[in-house]
Amino acid sequence: MSVTTIIALVLVIGVVGYLAGAARARMIVGGETAKLHSRPGYYGSFILVWATLPALLLLLVWSIAAPTIIDGQVRDSIPQNVSAEQSATEEDLSINIVEAIAGGLRLLDERELQQATAGFVLLRPLLAEKGVALAGNGEDWMIPSAQLLNRLQDASLIWKSIAVIGLSIVGFAAGLLQIRAQLRARNRVEGVIHAGLILASTVAILTTVGIVLSMVSETGRFFTSVPPQEFFFGTVWDPRFANAEDPDAAGQFGLIPLLAGTLYIAFVAMLVAVPIGLFAAIYMAEYAGSRFRSIAKPLLEVLAGIPTIVYGFFALVTVGPFLRDLSGQIASIATGDFNSFISATSVLTAGLVMGIMLVPFVSSLSDDIISAVPRAMRDGSLGLGATRSETIKRVILPAALPGVVGALLMTASRAIGETMIVVMAAGVAARLSINPFEPMTTVTVKIVSQLTGDLEFTSPQTLVAFALGLTLFFITLALNVYALYIVRKYREQYE
Amino acid sequence: MTDASLTPATTAAGTRTHTRDIGLKARYAAERRFRAYGLAAIALGLFFLFLLLGSVIAQGYTAFWQTSIQLDINFDEEVLDPDGNRDSDRMVLLTANYPLLAQRALHEKLGVDPDDRASRRDANSLLSQGVRTQLRDMVVADPSIIGTTRTVWVLAHGDIDSAAKGQFDLTVEESRRRVNDRQLGYMEALEEQGAMQGRFNTGLFTFGASSRPETAGMGVAIIGSFYMMLIVLVLALPIGVAASIYLEEFAPKNRLTDIIEVNINNLAAVPSIVYGLLGLAVFINFAGLPRSAAVVGGLVLTLMTLPTIIIATRAALKAVPPSIRAAALGVGASKMQMVFHHVLPLAAPGILTGTIIGLATALGETAPLLLIGMVAFVADYPATPFDPSTALPVQIYMWSGQAERAFVERTSGAIIILLLFLAVMNITAIILRRRFERRW
Repeated sequence: MSVTTIIALVLVIGVVGYLAGAARARMIVGGETAKLHSRPGYYGSFILVWATLPALLLLLVWSIAAPTIIDGQVRDSIPQNVSAEQSATEEDLSINIVEAIAGGLRLLDERELQQATAGFVLLRPLLAEKGVALAGNGEDWMIPSAQLLNRLQDASLIWKSIAVIGLSIVGFAAGLLQIRAQLRARNRVEGVIHAGLILASTVAILTTVGIVLSMVSETGRFFTSVPPQEFFFGTVWDPRFANAEDPDAAGQFGLIPLLAGTLYIAFVAMLVAVPIGLFAAIYMAEYAGSRFRSIAKPLLEVLAGIPTIVYGFFALVTVGPFLRDLSGQIASIATGDFNSFISATSVLTAGLVMGIMLVPFVSSLSDDIISAVPRAMRDGSLGLGATRSETIKRVILPAALPGVVGALLMTASRAIGETMIVVMAAGVAARLSINPFEPMTTVTVKIVSQLTGDLEFTSPQTLVAFALGLTLFFITLALNVYALYIVRKYREQYE
Repeated sequence: MTDASLTPATTAAGTRTHTRDIGLKARYAAERRFRAYGLAAIALGLFFLFLLLGSVIAQGYTAFWQTSIQLDINFDEEVLDPDGNRDSDRMVLLTANYPLLAQRALHEKLGVDPDDRASRRDANSLLSQGVRTQLRDMVVADPSIIGTTRTVWVLAHGDIDSAAKGQFDLTVEESRRRVNDRQLGYMEALEEQGAMQGRFNTGLFTFGASSRPETAGMGVAIIGSFYMMLIVLVLALPIGVAASIYLEEFAPKNRLTDIIEVNINNLAAVPSIVYGLLGLAVFINFAGLPRSAAVVGGLVLTLMTLPTIIIATRAALKAVPPSIRAAALGVGASKMQMVFHHVLPLAAPGILTGTIIGLATALGETAPLLLIGMVAFVADYPATPFDPSTALPVQIYMWSGQAERAFVERTSGAIIILLLFLAVMNITAIILRRRFERRW
C-alpha cells in the first residue's frame, strides 16, 4: 500500500465520519436540530478531525522516522570485520550500493533470486539485465544486508498502513462516542482551525529561520577551510575549480572584486533608472491628465512584469552587440581605427538594461509618495504665485525626500540582488576596475557559477556560494530595513 | 490673468518703472522645460518597452515556422528488415537505417546522381537528424506501412531552415557559409516543386531538449513549469490565505505578531537567488529530495510567492468594511463564521488577483531554479513532479547560450510564448479585478 493510498483511505474514512457525525447528532435530538449546541455539520467536522488528524500526524512521523531507524539497523548488520576498517564516507558508499542491490532484488523472480544470493559476482550480470547498473566494488556481505533492508522496508510499510488506518478508525469511533447534544462541537472545530491558522503564519518565520540557519551552517563550514578575513578583505577571486585535488593550489576567495562589481553595476543601473523613473513619477503625479495616466502608468508597469531572463537575453543579443558596434564606429571616426572599446558584456550593458528594468519600481514607488504629500502644501505654494515646477522643486520634493530616498534604497537592494541580467550580460571575470566598458562580475553571478554543474558539498569551491549568499542576504536586508524605517517615519509625519 | 492686469497698469502710469522684471518669461520657460523632461522620461520608458518587445518579436516570430521537406518515402522492407525477423526481435525496427529511406526519396526528388558523392552528401545534409525518430515512430506505431510508399513532411536541417528564412548573408564567400551554393540550388528546386515549405512549428511546443535546433522544443519545460505552478497554487494559496486571516483578523497585537509582520515584509524583498540557496541546502541536501525535480522547484517558488500572496490577501481583507464584520457578529455568528462566511468571500476577488500576479512572477523566475539543478538536458517528458525536468525561463536561459542562428530565433520564440502566458495571467487578473472589485 503506497502512501497515497493510505492518505486516500484516511480521507475516505474522514468523509464517512463527517456524514456519520452529522447524522448521529440529528438522531440524538430526534431531528430537532435547535436542541443541539452546534449545527449538525460541526458534529460531522468534529468526527472528520478525530478520524484524520491523528492518523495523518502518525503517518508523517512514521515516514520521517522509519528510514532513519531502518538505516541504523542495516548499518548494524555490516559484519564486524568490515565496519572496523571502513571510514564514515566509505560506509556511506557501501550503504548506497546496498540500497541499489535492494532495489534490484525486488525485480528478480524466485528462481533468479536463489541464483543471485549466492554471491555478488553472480548478482551483478543478473541485475544489469534488468537495467540496474551496480558500482563495481560490491562485496558478498552486502547481499544479506540488502535482503534485510528489503524485509525491514516491507515490514515498515505493512505496519505503517495498519497503524495509520487503525488510528483513523479508532479516532472515528472515539469521536462518535463523544457526541452529545451539549457537546460544544463548533468551538472544538474552530479551535483546530485556529491552530491551523497560527501554524500557517509561522511558515514565514520558519522560512527566514531556514534561510539564515542553512546559510550560516554552510558558511561556517566554509570558514573552517578559508579564514573569514581572507574572504571579506581578499582582493583576488580565483577559486581554482580544476586544481581542487591539488592541495598546493588552494583557491583564493576574495569578496572585494565581486562586491565592487555588484555595487558598480547597481550604481550604473541607478544612474539610468533614477532620473527616468523620478521624472516619470513627477509627471504622472503632477501634470498628467487622468486619461494619459490610465494608459501610460500600466504600460510603464509592464516593464516590471517582464521576467529578468528576458532582459538578460535583450542585453546579450541586442544591447551588448549594439554598444560594441557603436563604440567601434565612434573609434573609427575619432582615430580612424575600427576598434570597439566597449566589450559585448560589460558593466555598461548590464547596468543600462538593469536600469530599464528598475524604471517602473522607481516611478511607481515615488508616484505613491509624491501623491501622498498633502494637498494643502501644493495649494499654498501655487497660491503664492509659484509655477508648478517651482512648487515641485521647492515644496513637494523636499517634503517627499525621505520617502523617495527610502524608495530608492529599496530599488538599490533589488539591483544588488538581481541575477539573470548580470549572469548574461556582465561577464564572469572577477577583477577590480573603474572602466565601465569592461566586463566585471557580481556576487550573484558567482553564486550561480559555483553551484551549477557537479556539486560536492565538502569543497570550499561550493561552500563559498553560501558565504556569498549570506553576505548578499544581509546587505539587502539592511537596505530594506532602513528603507522601511525611513518610509514609515515619513508616513507618520503627514498622518 | 497676470498679463491682463499688468498692461493697464503700465499704460496708466505711462512708464514701465512700476513693473519690476520678475523673470516671468524665464520662469515659464523653466516650467515648460521641466514638463518636457517629465514627458521625455515617460516616452523614454515606453520606448525601451517597445524596443524590448519589438526586438524579441522581430527575432522570434519566425520560430513558429519550421521549414519542412515533402518526400514520397518508400518504406522498403529491404532496408528496414532485410532478414524478415521483426516479429521475433523488436530491436530490428528500432535500429533500422531510417535516414537511408529519406535520403533515397530526396535523391529521387532532386535527381541526384547516386554515384556523385559530393552531391549526395550535400543533398543528405538538407535533412534533419530528427528524420530517424520521426520515421521510426511512424513504423513502430503501425508496422503495416512497411513496403508501401507514403508522402511525409520531414524536418529540414536547422541551417537549411535559417537559410530558407533568409537569415544567412548569402553574399559571403561560399566556403565561409554554413550552406553552400549547391544546397541553395537544391532548396530552390524543392521550393519550385512545392516540396519545401515553412509549416507551423508544432515541435517547438512538443519536443524536449535537443542539441539540434530543429528538434529542440519546450515540451518538457512547459510540463515542468505546469507542475511547479500547480504545486505553488496548492501550497502557497491556502497557507498564504490562512496566515493572512490569522494576522489580519485574529492575531493579538504582541511582540510575536510584530516579528511575523516585519518578517513577511523583509521576505518579500529577499533576492530570489537566496531562495535557491535555501532550496539547495534544505530540500535537496537535508531532506534528500531529487535534484532537477519540479517538486523542489515548486517548493522554492512557493516560499518565494508566499509573501506576495500574504501581502495581497491582507490588503483585500483590510478593504472589507468593518460594518460587515459587526453585522455578522451582531446576528450571532462566531468570529470564525464571520471570517469564513462573510469576510473571505468578499475579499476573494482581491485574493485571487494577488495570487495570479504572484504565480506570474513565479513562472518567470529563473535564478533559484538554476541552483537546484533544473539546468538539465531533459529529453523525455517528466511523468511525475519527482522526475527531472526543466522550466520555461530556464529553457530560455539554456538556449540563449547556444551559438547557432536557429537557436537565437527559438530563444526569442520561447520568450514570446513565456510572455504570452504571463500576459494571459495578468489580463485575467485585471479582468477579475474590474469585474468583481467592490468599493464600499
